[in-house]
Amino acid sequence: MNKTGKAIGLALALSTAFAGMAMAQPTEIRIGVALEPPTLDPTAGAAEAIDIVVYQNVFEGLTRIDETGSVQPGLAESWTISEDGLTYTFKLHDGVTFHDGSAFDAEDVKFTFDRILAADTTNAHPEFYKPITAVTVIDPLTVEFTLDQKIGRFLFDLGRGDAVIVAPESADNNATQPIGTGPFAFTQWDKGSRVILDAYGPYWGEPAHLTKATYVFISDPATMTNALLASDIDGTNNFATDALAVFEGNPQFKVLVGTTEGETILSTNNKKPPFDNLKVRQAMAHALDRQAIIEGTTNGYGTPIGAPFAPHNPYYVDLTATYPHDVAAAKALLAEAGLPDGFSATLKLPPVAYARTSGQIIASQFAEVGIKLELINVEWAQWLEDVYTNKDFDLTIVSHVEPFDIGNYANPDYYFGYDNPEFQALIDKLNGTTDEAARKELAIEAQTILAKDAVNGYLFELAQTGVWNAKLEGMWQNSPIEGLVLRDIHWVE
Amino acid sequence: MILFAFRRFLGFAVTLLLAAIVIFWLLDLLPGDPAQFILGINATPDSVARLRAQMGLDAPAHQRFIDWVLGMLRGDFGTSYTQRAPVAELIWGRLGVTLPLSIFAMVISMAVGLPLGILAARRRGKALDTVIMVTAQTGVAIPNFWFGMLLTLLFAVTLRWLPPGGFTPWDEDSGAAFRGLILPSLALALPQASILARVMRTALVDVTGQDYIRTARAKGLTMGEAVWRHGVRNALLPVLTILGLQFAYLVAGTIIVENVFYLPGLGRLIFTAISERDLVLVRGATVILIVAVTATMLLTDIAYALVDPRLRERSAP
Repeated sequence: MNKTGKAIGLALALSTAFAGMAMAQPTEIRIGVALEPPTLDPTAGAAEAIDIVVYQNVFEGLTRIDETGSVQPGLAESWTISEDGLTYTFKLHDGVTFHDGSAFDAEDVKFTFDRILAADTTNAHPEFYKPITAVTVIDPLTVEFTLDQKIGRFLFDLGRGDAVIVAPESADNNATQPIGTGPFAFTQWDKGSRVILDAYGPYWGEPAHLTKATYVFISDPATMTNALLASDIDGTNNFATDALAVFEGNPQFKVLVGTTEGETILSTNNKKPPFDNLKVRQAMAHALDRQAIIEGTTNGYGTPIGAPFAPHNPYYVDLTATYPHDVAAAKALLAEAGLPDGFSATLKLPPVAYARTSGQIIASQFAEVGIKLELINVEWAQWLEDVYTNKDFDLTIVSHVEPFDIGNYANPDYYFGYDNPEFQALIDKLNGTTDEAARKELAIEAQTILAKDAVNGYLFELAQTGVWNAKLEGMWQNSPIEGLVLRDIHWVE
Repeated sequence: MILFAFRRFLGFAVTLLLAAIVIFWLLDLLPGDPAQFILGINATPDSVARLRAQMGLDAPAHQRFIDWVLGMLRGDFGTSYTQRAPVAELIWGRLGVTLPLSIFAMVISMAVGLPLGILAARRRGKALDTVIMVTAQTGVAIPNFWFGMLLTLLFAVTLRWLPPGGFTPWDEDSGAAFRGLILPSLALALPQASILARVMRTALVDVTGQDYIRTARAKGLTMGEAVWRHGVRNALLPVLTILGLQFAYLVAGTIIVENVFYLPGLGRLIFTAISERDLVLVRGATVILIVAVTATMLLTDIAYALVDPRLRERSAP
């Protein structure tokens, strides 16, 4: 390069630098979300929409779950676990304040968990915290939990939205005036329209990049598309896969495709004939063509699964090859089960697009092996009552979105009706193990048993499909826990 | 006249009571447990039972119905299951959007529909008449959500003149609030304007053949003057009836338009409440809408009877 070239290059570099300095980076964000939260208190409701707004933004727990699903320190900077795994001692961060200015200390932790464990609790998942027998304040920055049994995922459970730390002075008003310790403080909620959060100045940790975040509630996908195109919102964390094509070719946007905790399964009533016969369930597993279901239902965005576990989870193992798509094998197994002509069954479908569409595809795949399915569309409330509560069903399709919910299979009263003492013992052992390597091994063994037993038809993991302004970075691609964490989101030029 | 008004009012009260019974019964018949629905698939039976008790779902149906009606008479519409806030307060908060939206839509539809109807009637059989009537026919046929989408694409996405949706509260920035309502009220007004234009034209064409127009012409008025002074006033009577009826259509229209433009109005509140099985909220909001619609009709009836004494006599036994 000659001198002139260098000079021009330098001038260019300088001008770009100045231009960058002159044009201040935007520090505000407007995010479109499909559902408005009913309240803003994550400890009193199960709705995912609550966690989308406040989890890790307004409220924090002792631990927090990161983008990979791993447990990180939260309000507790460190902890020790006793030899027998029954006592957890947490060292709390110093200098933490709630958004109303009051100080956070061990008493708030005790208050939070006493509230969850109270007889009249309004928490949606008190069962996660049932093994806690006592929460003891050692000093203002040290708190001790005593359990009556070992639970391997205790630290994960402490990082859920259900266990965020609240203060006795403000807890009762958190539904409409949430006060937590997070990097963002609640400012305003225009019901039906938006929630505004502002960065909390005295935040104890690394301050957020953004100064303001507005959650705008837009339920209709076509409307959401227009709002994105018109720059009325800067992004959304999970968008209808049908409309993604609009944004994929557009350089103003980026589409982030990741996985969620939603395992979509063909739930099978294991107690009811002929599904109590392993050969029948294996035949159904062979009859399923996952790739065709994924293409038809999610436009190809789902990830095939062979067991009820999320692919981003560190314990995940790919078991999709356990029963490959094989019509001949399915027919042979049906004949062995004494049903050479197949059989008829009902498939109850809740009102979500993934269920209704997968249902039609599965019905045609099953027809090829002689299983005739009658499709019955039901509303959610009816699904919960008929299928989930009364177990009055043959087959259904639903996404199980709770993180680490493999334990459901150890409950013979759960709506699958799967009753396997060997598996139950294994989950007990998993719950009692805190050593990571041993836990992983046990989790893999558990997945393998479920895959081999073909308890349910394992279809695919729902994708998280975010659409964002191309100049935004720091959004979570995967969704290992319900929430839309603002912590790392920032604008770049 | 007083007897007439009293009879009408009695009919109004009976309608309301019947409506309340039907609403309560229908929503109670729906399958599914609201408590289970609110807590979701992973809730424990204990949590569901606790919430059921909190929500008062354990009481027998007739008890809940009586409590509900008595509460409403006192102005207490109950507490929303999902939002844990008084229903009356929730509804009141949404009127700041839906009321101006409906009024704007009504004004626009009259400002556009009536003159076009008059123009078409005056140019009956000419090219302009055909153009206006074909346009109006199209306007009736176009669903307002689709028209709303087109408006957004043109004015918000392409031209960037107006926001694609959303609402800024009046007290925060009234200019922005007003701008946010322009496109939705246009989308709402189009089908109404089309209907009004057609009704106005037909009514005017009818009256131009009447004796009093001939009399007016005989007195030396031009056709235009006669139509304007006597025809339009008389033709407005059927238009008034249609306007009263349109109020009910407006309510249904706002549900769709408020969803397309993500406006925090009453229509959207009801829509969300239905999808979340918030029965208390759906019931309360529906009753208020029925009161509004039947009261509008009652007032239209009474106003109509005041203007046209023949109606009073006709409805007397």
